Amino acid sequence: MSVASLDEHAPRRTVWRLPIRDTWAVRIALVIVVLLAIAAIAAPLVAPYDPNAVDLTQRLQGPSLAHWLGTDHLGRDELSRLIYGTRVSLGSVALCIVLIMTLAIVVGGASGYLGGRVDQAVMRFCDIFLAFPTIVLALFLIGILGTGMVNVVIAIALSHFAWYARMVRGLVLSFRQRDFVLASRAAGASRIRIFFEHLFPAIMAQMIVLATLDIGHMMLHVAGLSFLGLGVQPPTAEWGVMINDARQFVWSKPMLILWPGLALLLSVMAFNILGDSVRDRLDPSLHGDHPH
Amino acid sequence: MAGFILRRLLLLIPILLGVSILMFVIIRMAPGDPAVAYLKLSNIPPTPGAVAEARQTLGLDQPILAQYVSWISSAVRGDFGVSYVTRRPVLDDILYYLPATLQLAGLALLFTLVVSVPLGIWSARYKDRWPDHLVRGFAFLGVSTPNFWLGFLLVLLFSLTLKWLPPMGKGGWQHMILPVLAVSFMSLAINARLLRASMLETASARHVLYARLRGLSDRQVERSHILRNALLPIVTATGMHVGELLGGTLVIESVFGWPGIGRYAVSAIYSRDFPVIQCFTLFLVTIFVICNLVVDIVYAWLDPRIRLNAEAAI
Repeated sequence: MSVASLDEHAPRRTVWRLPIRDTWAVRIALVIVVLLAIAAIAAPLVAPYDPNAVDLTQRLQGPSLAHWLGTDHLGRDELSRLIYGTRVSLGSVALCIVLIMTLAIVVGGASGYLGGRVDQAVMRFCDIFLAFPTIVLALFLIGILGTGMVNVVIAIALSHFAWYARMVRGLVLSFRQRDFVLASRAAGASRIRIFFEHLFPAIMAQMIVLATLDIGHMMLHVAGLSFLGLGVQPPTAEWGVMINDARQFVWSKPMLILWPGLALLLSVMAFNILGDSVRDRLDPSLHGDHPH
Repeated sequence: MAGFILRRLLLLIPILLGVSILMFVIIRMAPGDPAVAYLKLSNIPPTPGAVAEARQTLGLDQPILAQYVSWISSAVRGDFGVSYVTRRPVLDDILYYLPATLQLAGLALLFTLVVSVPLGIWSARYKDRWPDHLVRGFAFLGVSTPNFWLGFLLVLLFSLTLKWLPPMGKGGWQHMILPVLAVSFMSLAINARLLRASMLETASARHVLYARLRGLSDRQVERSHILRNALLPIVTATGMHVGELLGGTLVIESVFGWPGIGRYAVSAIYSRDFPVIQCFTLFLVTIFVICNLVVDIVYAWLDPRIRLNAEAAI
């Protein structure tokens, strides 16, 4: 049997063909995610107004033809702020995930490949991170690094990466003895080539499953920290900030607090549906065993 | 069992030492000099001379290892330094604000357990019928709802519209209902869903089939053969929920004006009051780790397989 035919069993293309269960809930979720992505990417084209344009003559207006969702306490268009808010939410979560994946591959990969003392040390290091409740670690890091969106992203990434690093390490260890990896090695493939040809796709597939499950949760963290005033700084439009802005008008203008919360709820729901669906298809072993 | 508990207790020491070292290293590596933060909070302009003096007062001119040893040896004796802002001992402040937070988080945990277990059983018992759909829908809503936003919705409905409950502050039991609901919704949802899945899985096990063949009633099988085994994942999940509930409480306090440690910590973060941030983090991590230890002990007590394996392995 040639090496090539053995290689056909390697899970090479799984990353790019995420099998998603096709139900009506999943379809709606996909539509929501696509709409969010469009809103985030094309915000200046889609939004009817500048999200930061203050007009005190138009403050706290109800829904009208000019302002579909009304205006906030500074007369800014609510709908435009919601649309621009997708940029911060989706952008920060995307950055978090890229950061987490990079850290996890470097840390978990080093641990799995080098083994021995390094492995022991790295795993104890991860255990220390896992001893923190997520929000507490995030608050600590923001306290040290200072407030702001970049630091929120760093904080959320650092409070999640240990789970991913442990998973990468486990995969590296389990792949070492798999037939197609041994065959590649026998055929003289270098370690780096084996990593990128065999391990990397499998690691990415697993990490995408975990990440899709975590996206909703991370969006809630970003919004929660911004709500506390630790994330993006005003006047930037962000859903958590908008909820905080609207709190003093909760009695007179309850819709102002409803819109950003609904936007957040719908997005998190959509990502949770996709996450569950991807997990059910790709990895039945993760079922009900997710750390968050 | 006593040996098991003792060993697990001893394992806490390296974890907490590790946490304190990690915190210390991050603080010293981060951009932004604590001495400058200290001077700003004292309203002294950070001239080079003043910074050097402040570094000396705060002990920042010492080698990092010496700084750590001096910090940890004071910390062990209960001295966490003095807040840059209030000039009071940090420990006194933390102990002043912490009980309110623990009260809320503890009630939320109790509420989560008391409500999620019947919901999970109900859902599993009527699988694919309307109670199951109801619970699953509720659970799905729970994992997606921002807790601070839910807090405002509850205030809007129960305080401002119906005028049944006070919107904020701390007082009698009426003040606790809304914050506890807002904090526990997500954990409640996760738990109910987890118990449902776990019960359905156990229900297909062979010992359950055997119990049915022996002619036991559905309720007897459910109580003594399914539920007992199915509750084990709930015990494990409770450890995670403690972290979520503590974190959630920190955020929710700001919604309800609850005088807990969350609001104190956020103001310390704004003003970059390093000793407070350090002490706050260490306390919450310790509480979290101890709760997880209790969870492990309960688990081992419920499931002798774990206990005996752990004892055999050591």
